[in-house]
Amino acid sequence: MIEIDRLSKVFRSRDGADVVALEDISLTIDDNKFITIVGPSGCGKSTLLRLASGLIRPTSGSVTIDRAVVEEPRQDTGIVFQMPVLLPWATILDNVLFPLKMMHREEADSTEQARHLLGMVGLGGFEGKYPRELSGGMQQRAAICRALIHDPNILLMDEPFGALDALTREEMALEILRIWTNQPKTILFVTHSITEAVLLADRVVVMSARPGRIAEIIDVDLPRPRTFEIEAHHEFQQSAQRIRELIFGNRRG
Amino acid sequence: MNSNNPPSASGNSSSATDVADTPKIGFWRRSNLGQDVLLPLGVFILLLIVWEAAVQIFTIPVYLLPAPSVIWTDSIALAGPIGEHTLATLRTVVLGFIISIVISLPLAVFMTSSPVISSAIYPLLVLTQSIPKVALAPILVVILGANELPRLVITFLVAFFPLVIAIAIGLMSVPAELLELGRSFKASKFQELYRIRLPYAVPFIFSGLKVAIALAVVGAVVGEFVNADKGLGYLIITATAFFKTPVAFGALILLSIMGIVLFQVVVIIERIFFPWSAASQETAIA
Repeated sequence: MIEIDRLSKVFRSRDGADVVALEDISLTIDDNKFITIVGPSGCGKSTLLRLASGLIRPTSGSVTIDRAVVEEPRQDTGIVFQMPVLLPWATILDNVLFPLKMMHREEADSTEQARHLLGMVGLGGFEGKYPRELSGGMQQRAAICRALIHDPNILLMDEPFGALDALTREEMALEILRIWTNQPKTILFVTHSITEAVLLADRVVVMSARPGRIAEIIDVDLPRPRTFEIEAHHEFQQSAQRIRELIFGNRRG
Repeated sequence: MNSNNPPSASGNSSSATDVADTPKIGFWRRSNLGQDVLLPLGVFILLLIVWEAAVQIFTIPVYLLPAPSVIWTDSIALAGPIGEHTLATLRTVVLGFIISIVISLPLAVFMTSSPVISSAIYPLLVLTQSIPKVALAPILVVILGANELPRLVITFLVAFFPLVIAIAIGLMSVPAELLELGRSFKASKFQELYRIRLPYAVPFIFSGLKVAIALAVVGAVVGEFVNADKGLGYLIITATAFFKTPVAFGALILLSIMGIVLFQVVVIIERIFFPWSAASQETAIA
């Protein structure tokens, strides 16, 4: 269980002024839930994810995972960034194994495990290729395998499909749902796309900007497994409409 | 320069057409033999013919400008001694180059470890570069003695600076995302250096090495001008003193060939041991 308690983050900008990125965020996430975080640019959704990962420390409040306060990156957390961030000098297989090398957790069957993950995302046969030889979508698939190699309980995804074209993006959304069904884990998924947010989530956390606050949390009770056909569903439309109102509403008013 | 994200082709995960159309990573580049080799060779031979003809027609004295044929015959006549001089210079160049690497690498790592250290050392490095090496050489001979050491020090001083700068820039230009990735896996400072920063810097290091090897040849000759009893630099000094200009030209040509061969050795080492680095430079140029 992830408990976010009155979390705030203030950045000191270069001219000395304080910028409140997040203010008073409280949120409880049950195990194996798919949570998407959606909001306008500058609402602090990436900051929230980085706080949960332990890469940065909060100004006040806390993130607690399984009753332990997060103070540094945890071994049971996997992260996927917006860019694949693969090592250009390592093969796809070595890139996937990279976290285990860094954490000194490489075991006899690690390579087998990496091959299995790559096969699962359709990268079987590409183990020996270098990142530059793959397309953006394939690189991001490899990055997802890398985040899964140490079998984390929690997967943090910071706009993982943001740099992909629209078609690849839809395909990747379905792919991540499939992975999540096969290997249930808690996923925090930051996105700009309202459709993506509703399609994937058990709960959508809608945020507002300046300062970053939670505007509303929307439960999505659509049946699973989901495909894009669910977009036609009445409840999908309702949820998406509600999110649009929350994000754009005050601009019209 | 290292494109992590070529635009994705189709999204079909199982299709081989998904692979981005990037050049193959490997030892051999595709090269157009006719245009890359034969054309410059032809121009070179043409120049030699014009040179030979000009010397013959205008009857230029041999001590001023020897014809290519005279350079060839005079140098061949002295092939044995010239070979020894070449080996002596080669030894100075290679040793000086190795000293440059051995000193530059830790120095660059040390410099980039903190902004304070960097700002403390960097002005000193610039100072070593602003000193004219030709002027420094005789002083070094007095300090270090008339032996091989001042030649090696001069070679090092001429060659190391671009290498330090190239390595330092490589270590510093690692994308923040890559460092963050390391931190998310709890990488130690040493792991970050060894597994992320240094590999990332390899293409930069090789750019530095290519400049350094060319400069090492210059440094060795400067050292030999000032103090030597062997070497191609020494040979040029003694040959010109006796107006044996063809031999001096022969030494000059050997120095050029040495520079080209050593440069190519660095290029080949990069292609064999760091093919991804060589490939990344090819696409950067292409």
